Amino acid sequence: MISFLIRRLLWVIPVLFTVAIVTFFLMHRAPGGPWDREKPIARQTQAQLNARFGLNKPLWFNPDAAEAAAARGENIFQQGRAFLDSQFFNYIIGAAQGNLGPSYRQVGREVEEIIMEKFPASAKLGLVAVIFSVVVGIPLGILGALKQNTVFDYLSLFVATIGVSIPSFVIAILAILFMSRMFGVPPIRRPNEWEGLGTAYILPGIVLGLGTMAFITRLTRASMLEVKRQDYIRTAQAKGLSTRAVIMRHMLRNSLIPVVTILGPAVAALVTGSFIIESIFGVPGVGEEFVISITRRDYSMIMGTTLFYALLVALGNLTVDLSYGFLDPRIRTRH
Amino acid sequence: MAPLLEVKDLKTYFYTQDGVVRAVDGVSFSVNRGETLGIVGESGSGKSVTSLSIMRLIPSPPGRIVGGEILFDGENLLDLDEDEMRKIRGRRISMIFQDPMTSLNPVLTIGRQMTEPLQLHLNMSASQARKRAIELLSMVGIPSPERRLDDYPHQFSGGMRQRVMIAMAISCNPELLIADEPTTALDVTIQAQILELINRLKNELDTAVIIITHDLGVVAGMADKVQVMYAGRVVEEAPTDELYHNPRMPYTIGLLDSIPRLDEHRGARLTPIRGLPPDLIDLPPICPFSPRCDFVQESCLNVVPPLRRVGPNHRAACLFEVTREQHQQAAAKAAAEGVETIDIAKKVTAAQEPAILRSR
Repeated sequence: MISFLIRRLLWVIPVLFTVAIVTFFLMHRAPGGPWDREKPIARQTQAQLNARFGLNKPLWFNPDAAEAAAARGENIFQQGRAFLDSQFFNYIIGAAQGNLGPSYRQVGREVEEIIMEKFPASAKLGLVAVIFSVVVGIPLGILGALKQNTVFDYLSLFVATIGVSIPSFVIAILAILFMSRMFGVPPIRRPNEWEGLGTAYILPGIVLGLGTMAFITRLTRASMLEVKRQDYIRTAQAKGLSTRAVIMRHMLRNSLIPVVTILGPAVAALVTGSFIIESIFGVPGVGEEFVISITRRDYSMIMGTTLFYALLVALGNLTVDLSYGFLDPRIRTRH
Repeated sequence: MAPLLEVKDLKTYFYTQDGVVRAVDGVSFSVNRGETLGIVGESGSGKSVTSLSIMRLIPSPPGRIVGGEILFDGENLLDLDEDEMRKIRGRRISMIFQDPMTSLNPVLTIGRQMTEPLQLHLNMSASQARKRAIELLSMVGIPSPERRLDDYPHQFSGGMRQRVMIAMAISCNPELLIADEPTTALDVTIQAQILELINRLKNELDTAVIIITHDLGVVAGMADKVQVMYAGRVVEEAPTDELYHNPRMPYTIGLLDSIPRLDEHRGARLTPIRGLPPDLIDLPPICPFSPRCDFVQESCLNVVPPLRRVGPNHRAACLFEVTREQHQQAAAKAAAEGVETIDIAKKVTAAQEPAILRSR
């Protein structure tokens, strides 16, 4: 078990490295750069900026520097380091030491500092969304499966369809309007309300979780229907168990495996925030950084947010794999 | 003495999009205490639906018991509410299913699954139930049961799982044990062991047994009496010896003739029953076996032949006094001349198509 965990944790490293390569490649293929303005910056200023942030170096490898190092008679390690004295590898080496570099647009601030400052609000929002989607989605799915093709089933389908098909910005605004008109909930929160875990998170959390909730509902329903037809459910009924015991003890655990599978990536997606939800509700979260960094070609910010997201997805999936073992003994023995 | 179980005119229908499937259509039989009844038939003849009807475990929708009575110890099970029925399931009537590979819950330990009915029906404490589960497992021949109790089903072989199923089924000393094709999914050597086990436990516990199978060999070794089902109806019933020595329904005769014999010379062909069982939707009021029968007459197409007495304790649903010898002669004649029987068979097809020849 421990060795499995360590092995899986080590696997995160090549995953992140691959994500970094792909992101870096795509980012530099996109036209434009971090210094583009409506009014062009003087060529000399640009050169100075490039030099300061290391953007004057080659993208991937630096054979010239390696040659120069060799000419200076430096040893093989120094030559190697000179060969990797490129934008990509300098970034990777920094990132491995926990230094994600300075933001190109938010002057004087480090990327990790920005992420760490804004992540908590997004994480809290995401947590509310995850709890909402699980607590509502799973029972709704069970209800739909047990009362298949009845009013309850159609109601659960209706809610789920609304959850996925109406864009979140529409629901968000409708929710704000509804809550403020009917219950006097302030549509705009004071900045200090986002500190701690206040009631301010409830509404945006629910709106953020709607899509996932709908997905979980449908998944739970499908999987419950599948399990309901299994022979061992008939066995359980033939023992004289109550419907409740059959559902809770024999059906639920078997049908939760697919739900848990999507929960890993879903949690990673939800806790990293949503640009739309966060801007509508004014949540000071990290979600906007994902979008704005791209439009601004804020290279280090793009890399930072993407790697951060990838790390969360990888850890989410690891948690999912570990929880399989608890749900299904057949998987446990294979570790 | 009143029989332990008496099924009277049971009708279980399935309401599907294509129409009403009369899976069990007017089945009656009885089982005495300590007796073993064998129910034999092809797939889709209504054997399993009959047994699930007794347990009231017909998946509904689409299935529904639409008529008849199931008297268990004098009480009509169809009148009980779900709570009362639950007290009977697993306690007084229990069931062993066909496929032991899928009939145990993969995510719960054997011990957990075995102690469930004990705690539920016999109000045992967890530790009492565990002790009893160990006893039961050793009764069904599972080695080192105290260790295996915490294993999961996937750690057991098919035969061992069926033993666990049996242990679970007999755990509350039921009065009636229904074994629905208990050996079909197992290989032949294990089959014999499982049947032997069921027989031994039945004698030890004095339980009545209904054994459902398509294997006439299984029934021969176990049952006191046998009923043959075809197209949702009982077409012949008799004490086991009588049925094997003097079958009176062409279907039973065909089944017996189709068993390969060890003493046959090599290369001898099997004698199958031609055709397929009828579609149970819109079955016309004719003898359901007539399209496949070598002995078919015009009058077979006018009525559903009722079960009638053909000997002491022997009833068959055929209008004619067919015996195995006559049947073999008729079949031989039909094969040689190919005239009379085939003509009538054609009439059947022309008149009733597609209703009775539609294969399922």
